[in-house]
Amino acid sequence: MSTATPAVAGDDRVQARSSLSTYLGMPAVGAVIGAVAIAALFLVMAPAFRELGNIGTVMYQASTIGIMAVFVSLLMIGGEFDLSAGVAVVSSSLCAAHATWYFGLNVWMGVTIALVFSVAVGAFNGWLLQATKLPSFLVTLGSFFVLSGANLALTRIIAGGVSSNNISDMDGWSTAHAVFASTWQLGPIELKIPVIYWLILTGILSFVLLRTKYGNWIFAAGGDSAAARAVGVPVTATKVVLFMGVGFGAWLLGMHNLFEYNNVQSGAGVGYEFIYIIAAVIGGCLLTGGYGSVAGATVGALIYGMTNLGITYAGWDVDWLKTFMGVLLIGAVLVNQAVKRKAQA
Amino acid sequence: MTITDQTRTTTAPILELDDIGKRYGNVHALRGVNIRVRKGEVTCVLGDNGAGKSTLIKIIAGLHDYTEGSMKLDGEETHFASPRVAQSSGIATVYQDLALAPLMSVWRNFFLGNEIRKGVGLDIDEMKKVAGEELTKMGIVIPDLDRPVSALSGGQRQVIAIARAIYFGANVVILDEPTAALGVKQSGVVLKYILKMRDAGLGVIFITHNPHHAYLVGNHFVILKLGRVVLDAHRDELTLEQLTGEMAGGQELAELSHELAGADPGKVVPPAPDGAADVVAPTLAADARAELLEEEQDESL
Ligand SMILES: Nc1ncnc2c1ncn2[C@@H]1O[C@H](COP(=O)(O)OP(=O)(O)O)[C@@H](O)[C@H]1O
Ligand SMILES: [Mg+2]
Repeated sequence: MSTATPAVAGDDRVQARSSLSTYLGMPAVGAVIGAVAIAALFLVMAPAFRELGNIGTVMYQASTIGIMAVFVSLLMIGGEFDLSAGVAVVSSSLCAAHATWYFGLNVWMGVTIALVFSVAVGAFNGWLLQATKLPSFLVTLGSFFVLSGANLALTRIIAGGVSSNNISDMDGWSTAHAVFASTWQLGPIELKIPVIYWLILTGILSFVLLRTKYGNWIFAAGGDSAAARAVGVPVTATKVVLFMGVGFGAWLLGMHNLFEYNNVQSGAGVGYEFIYIIAAVIGGCLLTGGYGSVAGATVGALIYGMTNLGITYAGWDVDWLKTFMGVLLIGAVLVNQAVKRKAQA
Repeated sequence: MTITDQTRTTTAPILELDDIGKRYGNVHALRGVNIRVRKGEVTCVLGDNGAGKSTLIKIIAGLHDYTEGSMKLDGEETHFASPRVAQSSGIATVYQDLALAPLMSVWRNFFLGNEIRKGVGLDIDEMKKVAGEELTKMGIVIPDLDRPVSALSGGQRQVIAIARAIYFGANVVILDEPTAALGVKQSGVVLKYILKMRDAGLGVIFITHNPHHAYLVGNHFVILKLGRVVLDAHRDELTLEQLTGEMAGGQELAELSHELAGADPGKVVPPAPDGAADVVAPTLAADARAELLEEEQDESL
């Protein structure tokens, strides 16, 4: 009989992971590689892309996706979808505009009503999901259609057309405009306020996800909701709050759009829900939940901004934008998958 | 009356189940179950697969509500609204299907639902330290606590789930077949921990279908069969042989040994000549086999 080797402290079969593979294991790495590649592509192809002043434009484009994408990524990590996210932005703008105009309110009253409305829509989505046990794909497909129909119909009834009425002469407009649609000129760069909101949200939500109890619950609720519930995680409440977060994002972006343009088209917003999801997936979110990153979604939104403007600056037809995004999506998913396999090996 | 017998306590039970029943639709999974769990005692629940053991512990753990009878915790009738409520009453559970989130790291899983906070954020250093210490105490060393639990072996995952329940259980710790997936040595560690928890004055509910494991640590034995209690006995009323016999269902075991009497377990049979064995799997012609291998290779790319 052979003698066993003496027991060692620890398990000598497991080697410490190299710092490179730890780094590669981060969900956002595919997005970062993609962003660098896209930036390089357009720096070469589009002379206008190299102008410093266009950084502001790219960042602004990215922020109009990023404000939603950060909340959508949290929701996806929590294992759910929200197909109503695109029209919800328009619903929020319309809600504020119509309430202010129809009742002759101070603009800030309209803004507050829209906040309550948008967060309530999110809570309703979450509640319906829990009550029916249906997949969120179906539940929010329903609310998507309900909202887009209501946007059109109520705008026709209240404003008699397909866009909201002018509210720029009503009380409170100027302060609300300052809060939601300010612009500063920093040298050649034009900085718009949603960029600041987007970056602040990225910081706060990353902290929430990685460094708080609630973030732990989000990962668990998306990774294995039965297991999470069994060890005492309030899964339903966690998911309802995630949907309410998407509602909050829709309100913030909706208010920017309202005060930036003072005119909201009732048919807008359709299709954007997929761009938010694409940004989140490029950023490393798994469709099955339980894995992903907020910072990744922010990089995903930046990729969208760069692509959107890069195509224009390069003199290509903007019609190609969606094709480009589709290719990027598939490419990013493949890279994420390969990188993850490598990092775990 | 003098109390000389160390195996029998006279304290009031921490948990009392009276005529508990549970239906899943038309399945009557539990019927008229009576169980008393005392602090400082190990109560073993035995039974075959499908006997209703997991259903029973899910009721105690707050995962399911019971549909008949009553459950009293510390003398008070209780319906747990959720596992979170049960945990806050000091009941910790190791589920048979583990209840770990696969893509989350070891330390996040260990503290899931019981996170340690520092201000608004998590105290990650402290959580990693405690998780590492508790796992080392149980005899497994995981060098990288940031690894997702999906990268660990089944035994390691089992130990994480057990270590977590031991660390957070305040009154009652429930273990649903904790040794089923473990080797001999790890099973020994788990059994020792069951005794340690008993010595610390916890009420332990140990679910198993292994009467040997049960008899090594149990004070009290309950056997479930088709959702009913068929035996409820104290250690001094029962030998291991009787427990094993009861487990197997004495009568059935007798029948089985009668059936197998002429089987000669020591016999060795020479291999069947090619083609003679009556098997269902078809033997492929050489070219068909080559084609199959090629397809498999494409699949695995
Ligand atoms: N969620 C459920 N829905 C319907 N039937 C169930 C469910 N869970 C368990 N059962 C049934 O209840 C009975 C007891 O199961 P279980 O408690 O898991 O047994 P054990 O843990 O003793 O193997 C089985 O017949 C099983 O099929
Ligand atoms: Mg079971």
